[in-house]
Amino acid sequence: MTHDPQRIAPPVGLLAELTHRCPLACPYCSNPLQLEQRADELDAAAWKRVFSEAAALGVLHAHLSGGEPASRSDLADIVAHCAKEGLYTNLITSGIGLTEDRVKALAGAGLDHVQLAIQDAEADSADRICGYQGAFARKIEAAAWIVAAGMPLTINAVIHRANVARAGKMVELAVALGARRVEIAHTQYYGWGMLNRAALMPGRGEAEAAIAEVEALRLKHAGVIVIDHVAPDYHARYPKACMGGWAKRSFNVTPSGKALPCHAAETIPGLEFWSVRDHSLAEIWTDSPAFNAFRGTGWMREPCRSCERKEIDYGGCRCQALALTGDAREADPACHLSPHHGAVAAVAMAAAGEGQDDLPAYVYRSAKLPEPAQ
Amino acid sequence: MTIETRIADGSRPRLPRGVRLKHDDARGEWLLLAPERLVKTDAIALAILQRCDGVATFSAIVDDLAAAFSADRGRVETDVRALLEDLAAKRMIDL
Ligand SMILES: C[S@@+](CC[C@H](N)C(=O)[O-])C[C@H]1O[C@@H](n2cnc3c(N)ncnc32)[C@H](O)[C@@H]1O
Ligand code: SF4
Ligand code: SF4
Repeated sequence: MTHDPQRIAPPVGLLAELTHRCPLACPYCSNPLQLEQRADELDAAAWKRVFSEAAALGVLHAHLSGGEPASRSDLADIVAHCAKEGLYTNLITSGIGLTEDRVKALAGAGLDHVQLAIQDAEADSADRICGYQGAFARKIEAAAWIVAAGMPLTINAVIHRANVARAGKMVELAVALGARRVEIAHTQYYGWGMLNRAALMPGRGEAEAAIAEVEALRLKHAGVIVIDHVAPDYHARYPKACMGGWAKRSFNVTPSGKALPCHAAETIPGLEFWSVRDHSLAEIWTDSPAFNAFRGTGWMREPCRSCERKEIDYGGCRCQALALTGDAREADPACHLSPHHGAVAAVAMAAAGEGQDDLPAYVYRSAKLPEPAQ
Repeated sequence: MTIETRIADGSRPRLPRGVRLKHDDARGEWLLLAPERLVKTDAIALAILQRCDGVATFSAIVDDLAAAFSADRGRVETDVRALLEDLAAKRMIDL
């Protein structure tokens, strides 16, 4: 497929996975099973070049994520460079690895915003989920440092079976921590999350109760906290516009410099990804084969091809289409118009056991590849 | 969703840290940048937001805009109030 560079709008967001290293081991983690190694990571100078190119290309939001970005000692240096380039710089962190001094240094470097992830509203459960004793207490401390440093705080919470009963409590905790915004995201099943799907997927009733609870809190806390709510795919009628459309608004760069249209894109066989080591971001954005593979609507089959929603949800998520139908060109089977939608319903149904009894054991994230599932 | 955030005449609206105006050179327009948000800013919204410096009061901002655009003060006040109340509900402005 050929694309006229003049007609490709520039990206607005770049998500930089500064490292895949992380002290935590969340079973829902969307990072790939094959984590990239420290020795392969781009150094600070390379990241700075990438952010300069991103700003010139039209990127507005720079998201510093991972893995755990605080695992890099040059984080503040990279933030300062992003700020100098005028990028709106957002740190996405678990809080582990931050100290009060580092938070002050990040604020001084011009960091615009911090997203801090919590695993639950209760310490014991939270620590069990991320596989790290004392993590919850350290996050609460980190939240206070961030607020004291004058930076706006968003609390991120990923919802799954072990914490679904406390979705509302996590919103209340975010308010208490002084967050101006909270993201309540039902687990997306990629990477480690897909591997742990059976242990993570809540029952439909539980998921619906959690959604209603969080929606009700919107009014109660209006003007105090903004709630961004990502509903679960497996119980939906239509899919989400994954990434706002493939290679349309934003993209990822992995720790070693691979440019991906979305963080799970490497699960799709046959795509050719370009690296920032070999190409400029401008070249990658317009010409990378992986970016053009599913750009726009030309690649679509039925039912998407003739669907009036094709420019609304762009057929949903390619990686989910692949994972659940075996072919990335299919409609995302979260869509009720997909002939494979029944498979999704079956998975959602199979999450029979509601509540927290009989939770299957997690495969915790680790640098070593897990044994093949089933 | 609408909420009641009546702006007092003496309140001094300001953009909090983490929300800023930026001229987007690539697209040739002004934007209000916030966490995970981009709001396109037309000339009127830009004129309002550039005056929200935490020093000027709401009524001073309205006076200033009415004079600058030779516009009816009542209409200007309605417009400014609508914009700021909307942004305050989204936590993109502090009152
Ligand atoms: C992969 S993490 C990396 C940054 C940092 N380690 C953290 O956890 O905040 C980025 C964000 O994605 C969220 N996340 C991770 N796995 C997810 C999943 N399967 N579904 C939805 N959100 C997920 C995390 O909670 C976090 O807010
Ligand atoms: S989601 Fe959890 S395991 Fe994954 S990178 Fe973030 S803190 Fe680490
Ligand atoms: S058929 Fe395709 S384009 Fe239409 S709603 Fe479903 S996924 Fe979206």
